[in-house]
Amino acid sequence: MRRRVAALVLAALYLGLAGDIAPALGADSVMPSDEAAIVHALSRLGSGPRPGDVERVRAMGLAAWIERQMDPGRLDDRATDQALAALPTLTMSIDELQTRYPRPKAREKAADPQMTPRALYDRPQPGNRPVRIIAEMQAARMVRAIESERQLEEVMVDFWFNHFNVHAAKGEVKWYVTAYERDVIRPNALGRFGDLLRGTATHPAMLFYLDNWLSTRPDFTVRFGPNRGKRAGLNENYARELMELHTLGVDGGYTQQDVTEVARAFTGWTIDRPREAARFIFRPATHDRGDKTILGTRLPAGGGLDDGERVLAMLLHHPSTARFIATKLARRFVADDPPPALVDRVAATFRATEGDIRAMLRTIVTSSEFWAPDARHAKIKKPSEYVASAVRAVGGHVDARAGFALARSAAEMGEGLYGAQPPTGYPDRAEAWVNAGVLLARMNFALALTQRRLPGVTLDLSPLAVDRAAPEATLARVLASLLHGEPSAQTRSVLTAQLGDPEIRRQTADDRGPADTDVEKLAALVIGSPEFQRR
Amino acid sequence: MLTRRALLKSGACALAAVAAPPRFLARAASAAEARRRVIVAVFQRGAVDGLSMVVPYGDRDYAATRASIAIRPPNGADVDGAHDLDGFFALHPALAPLMPLWRTRALAVVHACGSPDRTRSHFDAQDYMESGTPGVKSTTDGWLARAIGTRPAPSSPFRAVALGPTLPRILRGDAGAISLASLDRFDVRASSDAAVARKGFESLYEQSVQDLLHGTGRETFEAVRMLKSANAAQLTPANNAQYPRSRLGESLRQIAQLIRADVGLEIAFTDAGGWDTHVGQGAEQGQLANRLRDFGASLAAFAQDLGDRMGDVVVLTMSEFGRTVAENGNRGTDHGHATAMLLLGGGVRGGKVYGRWPGLAREQLYEGRDLAVTTDFRALFAEVAGRQLGVRRPATLFPGWTGAAPLGVMV
Repeated sequence: MRRRVAALVLAALYLGLAGDIAPALGADSVMPSDEAAIVHALSRLGSGPRPGDVERVRAMGLAAWIERQMDPGRLDDRATDQALAALPTLTMSIDELQTRYPRPKAREKAADPQMTPRALYDRPQPGNRPVRIIAEMQAARMVRAIESERQLEEVMVDFWFNHFNVHAAKGEVKWYVTAYERDVIRPNALGRFGDLLRGTATHPAMLFYLDNWLSTRPDFTVRFGPNRGKRAGLNENYARELMELHTLGVDGGYTQQDVTEVARAFTGWTIDRPREAARFIFRPATHDRGDKTILGTRLPAGGGLDDGERVLAMLLHHPSTARFIATKLARRFVADDPPPALVDRVAATFRATEGDIRAMLRTIVTSSEFWAPDARHAKIKKPSEYVASAVRAVGGHVDARAGFALARSAAEMGEGLYGAQPPTGYPDRAEAWVNAGVLLARMNFALALTQRRLPGVTLDLSPLAVDRAAPEATLARVLASLLHGEPSAQTRSVLTAQLGDPEIRRQTADDRGPADTDVEKLAALVIGSPEFQRR
Repeated sequence: MLTRRALLKSGACALAAVAAPPRFLARAASAAEARRRVIVAVFQRGAVDGLSMVVPYGDRDYAATRASIAIRPPNGADVDGAHDLDGFFALHPALAPLMPLWRTRALAVVHACGSPDRTRSHFDAQDYMESGTPGVKSTTDGWLARAIGTRPAPSSPFRAVALGPTLPRILRGDAGAISLASLDRFDVRASSDAAVARKGFESLYEQSVQDLLHGTGRETFEAVRMLKSANAAQLTPANNAQYPRSRLGESLRQIAQLIRADVGLEIAFTDAGGWDTHVGQGAEQGQLANRLRDFGASLAAFAQDLGDRMGDVVVLTMSEFGRTVAENGNRGTDHGHATAMLLLGGGVRGGKVYGRWPGLAREQLYEGRDLAVTTDFRALFAEVAGRQLGVRRPATLFPGWTGAAPLGVMV
């Protein structure tokens, strides 16, 4: 049955159908009414269902919903934009951010040379400290994951940021990271891989984070400025991670010699006015003009800026890149160890389309592997996904203030947003996110959420308490609404037993009757349950 | 022999027996009877420059290619200079807090140590050092997890603990290792009825399902109960030990709490980042010096806090590889090969730098650029696991490896 439904979704998608397809399909009646399939799609392609989402998607048709998500620009998201208006840094230029959120250390140190590093660190934090920029990014990420209509876009922004990770707290990156996500990652999150690759290669955030802005030809001596007379030279940090993490993968077939040669090709790719507007610039004076041999291809001497461009093109068209990106996408959307046959097909799509991200996603969502019963609930939610899905499940809404609190919650569970120090970003496998301390943090989050201890989160649990005199009916409603009728028999029986607990049936502060069920606590237990950790 | 502490514990058991004593009390008591030997592993993630941490100033090629980052050789008159170890090697100036441990022979160094694999990828090299199988990615568990797996029961939920938000590769496997970021916050916290909530969550994870989530949940609640009874989080540092307020300092402080609370700890792990010094590494002062200052002060505070208990403990430091011998174009260093590892504690034959020195002349370097590996990290790790935990054939912890003659660094 499921297989047939999946086949219909598949057929509908293959027929078509970017754009305004719902009328064109005229097939709404055959779209799955299968709740499990809809919940699966909402959980994998977004941050999980809100109350009423399943019905809305069913009415629209699952295929139509997916296609709309593929074209986020057409989805009205003004409510989210309104919530984000309280975070002014999001729309500022790098120049503006550097002016408004200046380096406090230098300024204060100049005013009081006696200040120890400790005292500098401990001093009161004015609102214009640069860390504010990172905090607003984190808050915005959580607000969008929860409120945005463009659910798939948010998933892909998270995915590509993590793929092309920069650590926001490293040096100048904090003034660059806003623009990096806004101008490079987000506009291309459902676009072309090559645009992401070139966009990150030339963005100050990446140039700084992986040190390429400092890499020069080996014999270069600085001719003017404060570093006059100092010698610079090659730095292979970006070259290595470009191949290992951004394109070929560690086993993609490159050598140490290739790393050195790629580093030579990218000499001169640097940052103009790093403490002002900070733009990419190619400086021929620091570029290594000699000939290079990269992955067996000779780049003749004197290539200049074109050396790096050619390397990016070679890497984009290398079969290892297609395979590496296909594997990561399939891991994100299907399973920690994705089915090899699916990876093959996604890689083929990458090669056929030069890395068209929408096309690769279509290959995934039209695959039998994506809809297979054993793919359901196969992924453990990472902390930010868990937090967002929990708020959505209880019908919560958030403002910018809530974004800060929710980002702190995710950090306590091990995922500090924009805070992954290594260039690998955060892992996308269950083992990384499941262990004693953070499992408790998840349960504690469930309690804080339902007990309304998270500032800026508004939720109304009263629709769950349908019948005050019949706690069993309430439990059924809580389970259906939060887990969509898929608890294990054991979870159901444990929760039923909880209903008999006098503490659960306690008399509450207001005028609810003694038989009233403590909906907050039931909801907390469900959100902290093993089932809710999965998507 | 029955110690006073064990007597108290068994008394508590007797009292509790009326209401069927929970397993953890019996465990705590048995843990107290036999003071456990402990390995504390500290991973310097990002590849520490072993040539700055333990300076081979006696090698005439050391300073030549490190114009701005070479550490000045030790000099009695230079109080801020490097600390001589043996006339050839010296500790970085920022590691001064470790010198008393060197002089009492509680600190040893293994230099030119590393992986036989040639990778210069942080990720892969860390993976190999934690799985214990260089070059083999399919290994599912970590070598410290395998080491604890050879030890007999009784087990404690705190047998193998990682401080931090995630369980590192080195402890993944069937050993029931747990990770936690903070002892203080290791419990269910609710605005009211926390006990009810704890009971509810506990029953949800008690199901007999054998998967990662349920297994972890069961271990978690056992650990929560034991930690409450042992009151470990309330122990303040002893002997006036002053831990830096850094992540590493906090982690080691809490590991010491677990050791002193006798919760059955045998393996602890923590890590510290910030060693990937591609740009502006610095010399006696600077970026790397700041990291080393925290590193040295944290380790020294840990040894001071534990006092006599350090007799049961060995701290083993490791890093995925070293860094280029020559500095790069940005007064930093790029990814290299061998590095230095430290051992600290009671079972260590300290006051000595171990390992054959391969030399820093160009023709002696690995691939013409890096310090060569003369001690396979597996030889060191096997010796520590063998001597400290009594693992009988420690080479078997490292599949595909036939073993090596011991360095003699462990008593």
